[in-house]
Amino acid sequence: MSTSTTEGFLHADGRPGATEGRDSFFTSRLDDALAWARKYAFFQYPFVTACCGMEYMSVTGPRFDTDRFGMTLPRFTPRQSDLMLVVGTITHRQAPVLRRVWEQMSDPKWVMSFGNCTNTGGPYDNYAVVQGIDTIIPVDIYIPGCPPRPEAVIDGLLKLQERLARERPGRPVENIHGKLTAGEFARGVQGRIVPGTVPIHRDHD
Amino acid sequence: MSDPTNDATEPADALVQPASPVLRDLLSRFAGRVLAVSEHRGDATAIVDRAALLEVGRHLRDDAACAFDMLLDVTAVDYLGRRPRFEVVYHLLSIDRNDRVRIKVPLEEEDLVIPSVVPIWAGADWLERETFDLYGVRFDGHPNLKRIYLYEEFEGHPLRKDYPKEKRQPLIGPGAVRRDPMNDDLTR
Repeated sequence: MSTSTTEGFLHADGRPGATEGRDSFFTSRLDDALAWARKYAFFQYPFVTACCGMEYMSVTGPRFDTDRFGMTLPRFTPRQSDLMLVVGTITHRQAPVLRRVWEQMSDPKWVMSFGNCTNTGGPYDNYAVVQGIDTIIPVDIYIPGCPPRPEAVIDGLLKLQERLARERPGRPVENIHGKLTAGEFARGVQGRIVPGTVPIHRDHD
Repeated sequence: MSDPTNDATEPADALVQPASPVLRDLLSRFAGRVLAVSEHRGDATAIVDRAALLEVGRHLRDDAACAFDMLLDVTAVDYLGRRPRFEVVYHLLSIDRNDRVRIKVPLEEEDLVIPSVVPIWAGADWLERETFDLYGVRFDGHPNLKRIYLYEEFEGHPLRKDYPKEKRQPLIGPGAVRRDPMNDDLTR
């Protein structure tokens, strides 16, 4: 691949493309393409339990319209979704259900904790309420507020997208044979990719 | 009046007849078993002996002058340190007559059993389960007396005044003493 083919190439966020090194050129482009596709195509699963649900309806409705930012149609099955919005108070009785639903989502997946009750238990410091859902499932972004303003939710969504843009889904790959290089990953079927290969993209588990 | 929970400033003259015809009716009809009555700004309350609860309830529902056809709420109060410690409270509404009355039944902690009023008002089913769940009052004759809000594994009754405020009984997560019942199902 000659240097000339890289001229004029831009990353999805506008940075100039790489100009040297075949692997790095190719994989950074794949990374960006994957990250770009992911961050603008959230399939959300709303796990709505309480009054924050009203704010959720507001923020996903036409007035504030998270669809503009790529958080599109709600999927009401976890198996078709990659962004779980936990909206409202979670009780200890419900905690195993929340965990089970999260486990049913396929990777890559993210969790948005929506509102003070979900973040910390909120005002409900009592026998019934989970004191923050991050004691049960990993959380990627916390939206404070009781309930959060729609602007706060959109801000959180944009911050989550910024994080996704920095992730490198195409690069480090691990399977039972060990790590694959980016080039091996990119060459796909001719390389050592085997079924069950999972890109490592999360930094907290 | 013998009810120690009443406002102390209220006149405690037993000779004054209550203004509510329902209370007057109860006092004359169930003398000795209606332990006390009180009225406060139009709210009529009768304290009833446990043994007479079903009879009083049936009368309140079926008598044309009472016609309390709707049971609004069943709950309990924990007067920790007092004897009897508990009181079960019934709120009744007559839709036809637009009248309300409250029935209270004192219960000792050692004998926390009361007849279920589900045969009289079917709507008592979940209300009594809630009271059982949160206070531990057992309703004799209830068709399905089990917890309604909390999980089966929960120990104790959290609305009792001596339930430790800081006590947590999570099913999963930090401090959980039990395994996740849903994940247990997966392994079978």
